[in-house]
Amino acid sequence: MANALINAPKTAKRGDTIEIKALILHPMETGFRPGTNGRMIPRNIIETFSARWNGEEIFKMAFSPAIAANPFVSFFTVARESGRIDFLWTGDQDFRVAESVTIAVT
Amino acid sequence: MAQRRSFLLGAAAVVLLPFDGARATPEALAELIKEVTGGKELRVGKVKLDVPPLIENGNTVPLTVSVESPMTDADYVKTIHVLNEKNPQPHVFTATLSPRNGRAQVGTRIKLADTQKVVAIAETSAGEFWSASAEVIVTIAACIEDVN
Repeated sequence: MANALINAPKTAKRGDTIEIKALILHPMETGFRPGTNGRMIPRNIIETFSARWNGEEIFKMAFSPAIAANPFVSFFTVARESGRIDFLWTGDQDFRVAESVTIAVT
Repeated sequence: MAQRRSFLLGAAAVVLLPFDGARATPEALAELIKEVTGGKELRVGKVKLDVPPLIENGNTVPLTVSVESPMTDADYVKTIHVLNEKNPQPHVFTATLSPRNGRAQVGTRIKLADTQKVVAIAETSAGEFWSASAEVIVTIAACIEDVN
């Protein structure tokens, strides 16, 4: 699924702190809103977001319904070695989307 | 007649319930802060909470939390929590960090259901808790309008 967008530098100097931004399409339905029929719309949110650099976890975040629709996250990390950063979002209704980027560290 | 009355009562309960049971309050916020810190001292400082003071649309509120920390193996920020006072639930997010992050800063976009206080709490590797809070005025709240 190509509904996730990652913004990360393609190259970085070893030891530099780089910013990574991640955006994903998701309604983040809170479960606290009535729909047009007056019934509560069931909760459907992303619960976790994580990033791994060559398998090592570098960032993790737990969401609640108070995260805006189409969750955006920005964080920093130290560039240590070239490789791949894997991102994973999981949530209600078996939501599971993975995305990855490659980065060259010089 | 009795049947009709009980129906009306039931209908009223159905309408009121979702709003009664689910609402964060300053008390619920205090409770969650206690849970997060485990009863340890929560000091103000070191944490910077960047959020606009006036929000037109509570559905997407940009928010950045940064913490003063060298982010070395000896001294780093372990977790950053963001909590609120008046959304249906007091929890907003919890981010887990490590020295690997280099800089203790997390940005995201959140929903705010009302004009309220937002609190950011950082836990350091030494087990200290630092916090910052901000008052945000919201003109159009999240979660109020129906979906199309």
